[in-house]
Amino acid sequence: MAQVTLASLSDAQLVARCRDGDGDAWNELVSRFSRYVYGIAMQAFRLPEQDAEDVFQECFSRVYEHLDKLRDDAALRPWIAQLTRRLCIDRLRGGREQPTEPDALPLGVDDALEQLDEAMTVHDALATLSDDCREILDRFFAQDQSYRAIGEELDLPAGTIASRISRCLNKLRAELEGKNLGGSTV
Amino acid sequence: MTLDQDRIAQLLGALPPAPEAWVRAAQELPRARQELDEIVARAEADARFRAALIADLESALATEGYVADERTLERLRTRFSA
Repeated sequence: MAQVTLASLSDAQLVARCRDGDGDAWNELVSRFSRYVYGIAMQAFRLPEQDAEDVFQECFSRVYEHLDKLRDDAALRPWIAQLTRRLCIDRLRGGREQPTEPDALPLGVDDALEQLDEAMTVHDALATLSDDCREILDRFFAQDQSYRAIGEELDLPAGTIASRISRCLNKLRAELEGKNLGGSTV
Repeated sequence: MTLDQDRIAQLLGALPPAPEAWVRAAQELPRARQELDEIVARAEADARFRAALIADLESALATEGYVADERTLERLRTRFSA
């Protein structure tokens, strides 16, 4: 099955396919949650890059190993968030014998986790837009590319980029209407 | 919930892509796990291969045509440490 089709699957459907040994589904699962796990490690916990990479790989390794034990397939996102959070806390312990107390976590972690959860909801909504909109919004906002770079990459006149971004943001906003942002718990 | 465009833009910017190499490595996990299982099973069945792994892990794997990533090597080191 092509990636484009897999991208439209719900988390629960994706988990079911992964359990059946579908390699493309696993690729999609990693792709879907890679930014989230990366964001938790780098932005919320501010781990050094090497530690963040270890957490990233360990997280997906555990997801792969324990996918069979997930009780509610639709709860994939909070499960991955919890897993990543625990791995980051373990890293922060840095081999110390005393466990890190929740109130000893870096300041702002909870706020950052909440924002990342909201960002994932927006990102999920982004996936429902056309390829053109998804591409242009992601390049401009998430990848921080200039109008010129986007124009060159997508073969668009630079003068039209701003209006396209505005139109696509409106579509995304419409898609998000009615969604309960921040409804998931990290 | 209604979000204004500035907030949506801010949230889009909050999820930059992870490094491609990290994503690829995670996507390769099933293949790496399969290779690890194969090496372990072979080592359990073949005493000479097992001894070679214990003596010099990387050389023994290279000799047999395995190209294990760092994570697989680490797991094998733990398993076959002398």
